Amino acid sequence: MQTPFDFTVVDSIIDGHGAEPSAVIAILQAIQEHYHYLPREVFSHLSKRLNVPCASIYSVATFYENFSLEPKGKYVIKCCDGTACHVRGSTPILERLRNELGLSEQKVTTDDLLFTVETVSCLGACGLAPVITVNEKVHPAMTPDKASELIKQLKEEN
Amino acid sequence: MLTCREDIIKERKAYAESFASQKRKILVCAGTGCIAGGSFDIHAELKRLMAENGLPCTVELSDDPHEHEESIGLKKSGCHGFCEMGPLVRIEPEGWLYTKVKVGDCKEIIERTIMKGEHIERLAYQKGGVVRKKQDDIPFYKKQTRLVLKHCGHIDATSIKEYIAVGGYTAFEKALFDMSPEGIVKTISDSNLRGRGGGGFPTGKKWSQVARQKSPVKYIVCNGDEGDPGAFMDRSIMEGDPHRMLEGMMIAGRACGAKEGYIYVRAEYPMAVERLRNAIAQAEEMGLLGDNILGSGFDFRIHINKGAGAFVCGEGSALTASIEGKRGFPRVKPPRTVEHGLFNEPTVLNNVETFANVPLIIMNGADWYKSIGPENSPGTKAFALTGNIENTGLIEVPMGTTLEEVIYGVGGGMRGGAEFKAVQIGGPSGACLTKDHLNIPLDFDSLKKIGAMVGSGGLVVMDSKTCMVEVARFFMSFTQNESCGKCVPCREGTKRMLEVLERIVAGNGEDGDIELLEDLADTISAAALCGLGKTAPNPVMSTIQYFRNEYEAHIYDKRCPAGACSKLKRIYIDPELCKGCSRCAKGCPVGAISGQVKTPFVIDEKKCIKCGACVSTCAFHAIKED
Repeated sequence: MQTPFDFTVVDSIIDGHGAEPSAVIAILQAIQEHYHYLPREVFSHLSKRLNVPCASIYSVATFYENFSLEPKGKYVIKCCDGTACHVRGSTPILERLRNELGLSEQKVTTDDLLFTVETVSCLGACGLAPVITVNEKVHPAMTPDKASELIKQLKEEN
Repeated sequence: MLTCREDIIKERKAYAESFASQKRKILVCAGTGCIAGGSFDIHAELKRLMAENGLPCTVELSDDPHEHEESIGLKKSGCHGFCEMGPLVRIEPEGWLYTKVKVGDCKEIIERTIMKGEHIERLAYQKGGVVRKKQDDIPFYKKQTRLVLKHCGHIDATSIKEYIAVGGYTAFEKALFDMSPEGIVKTISDSNLRGRGGGGFPTGKKWSQVARQKSPVKYIVCNGDEGDPGAFMDRSIMEGDPHRMLEGMMIAGRACGAKEGYIYVRAEYPMAVERLRNAIAQAEEMGLLGDNILGSGFDFRIHINKGAGAFVCGEGSALTASIEGKRGFPRVKPPRTVEHGLFNEPTVLNNVETFANVPLIIMNGADWYKSIGPENSPGTKAFALTGNIENTGLIEVPMGTTLEEVIYGVGGGMRGGAEFKAVQIGGPSGACLTKDHLNIPLDFDSLKKIGAMVGSGGLVVMDSKTCMVEVARFFMSFTQNESCGKCVPCREGTKRMLEVLERIVAGNGEDGDIELLEDLADTISAAALCGLGKTAPNPVMSTIQYFRNEYEAHIYDKRCPAGACSKLKRIYIDPELCKGCSRCAKGCPVGAISGQVKTPFVIDEKKCIKCGACVSTCAFHAIKED
């Protein structure tokens, strides 16, 4: 039998934001920040506490791109594919990252839960194009080689 | 805690004196761009070195103007806009700008510039052999009119005291004590301020519509969901001068009778969220937000909502739905947001730059504002200048400045002297402008006339190597991905358009594809539910209008004139240059190259996968692409 899910963290997040239906996005964001994804157990719990149907919480979680129902890696790498980055060659960087980590458009997280690679429409750092971010830290003026180097570095840190 | 008008006047005087007493200031840029380049480390290193050398350094202003006399002010400023040259460090009082500063340069800056007053030439901006010591002498800055971005790069972005020291919250004070709510609305209406978010709707009209609603509960919402790829003006304002935007919202609250304000910020802008949170906390602590502000009887609070990655939330009704904790779906209008907006109450919804203009207008009056730019679209506009241009960055010019002045004046022309082909304005809802439009004034009405729009203000410059069909495909793929799926024309229509465009760039275009695209575009524009859907076909329509020959070349000749579409590339061996060494044939992964040694080799186009591996192996540069 699985161990029952511990709702202590989730409850303190709900209390911090106030158990209001309008706070659902902020609460989901905080939960995701803690677990790096949205564990399925939290939906029914949130539904009870916020007095909102489980289906509407699920509809919010699946609508917004930032929410993930699958566990994400320790390092979430976002490769910017905004106009400026695209024009200055972001595609080869994304390809290199995916090749090095054995990932694809469908499979975004490595099996050891170390890396997640995804694209983002624009990080607003267009002056430094092309850019990628690793857990919100911006790495400017990337090249495929610099991306490989970065992966190597992150692997060594573990 | 300030409790009356006299309190803030007194504080302002003290902070202004404290600010002025810091003769020597070092401003380290702390915008997202320069932080990525290591500006926080530079800030820390400068601080450490000053302590080491026994130099008095102050980070925060004091109520006592004499406390920091002769002390050096070290500040984290907002984005200077010249992101490409970052990390930037500005030295005052000289007004010098050091570019591409590294932690290793700090020692020299302290020892030579700070201690001896010497200029370090190698850190200055240089172009064509000319060294520009002062920031204001650099052509990139000289040709701009920075009003909304005035403080960005010149004061500490994390300090309410510095904002107050340079006259911040004076407009709010005036709005609270010297003006009636009707008077504020009238000034904004008279100024002709138009919404900077893209549509250009008159702000005063919006405010007056909300002000006259009888409902006791009203809201002020700031749209900081700057989702257009290639645009970052609002991010820079939120990060670099957050108080100016808050002040604009407070004035709007006073004018329209609202007590609550919400700021909706993209999740991709964590620094903006942090700076706004910090600014709100400072304003609350000082008593500029909360109950009975400065004893005026006016209550106002501001909340921050972080987006969760949906482009459609930049649309008004989708944005308010998202704040309410729902899916960000737009809804049918009317009723309009001014009547039934957030939580179904009357709501003023303006974008970041619009709110940031408000304090300036209240302080200087409507006539002053109208004296800048054309009468029907007065004021300035911030643009994010990116792409194949020499100076990428954030700029601000008067409305009505021509495209040529922006690209060749402020932007410094094309990168590497390439040939200008087009500029994409207004992001996924916008259009392409060509050489023929270089003398078009950039303002709401002039652009509308030629089927383009100011949009949020992203300007992506493209040279002759950019394929316009591929650009259209890129934007369509963006809109398709971001379509919220509520209405059929957008959800299905953009998908079909994308399929056609993908087919064309892959070399599988068919006769009739252009007409099919036009037909689909027409239907989507007419039938989609929200503004984003209605404008989604714009990038395709404008590229067909101005670059129809490129579409035709892809479809009929299976050729990409810009040489950008890899599937349409033709790789061939120049028999004049080929020595027949067979190196390329050995390296070809699909065995498409054959020939006899010491005679020119040939590539079998049917087998070639256009990987380009052979091009780099040839020592004689005999293998060419077109």
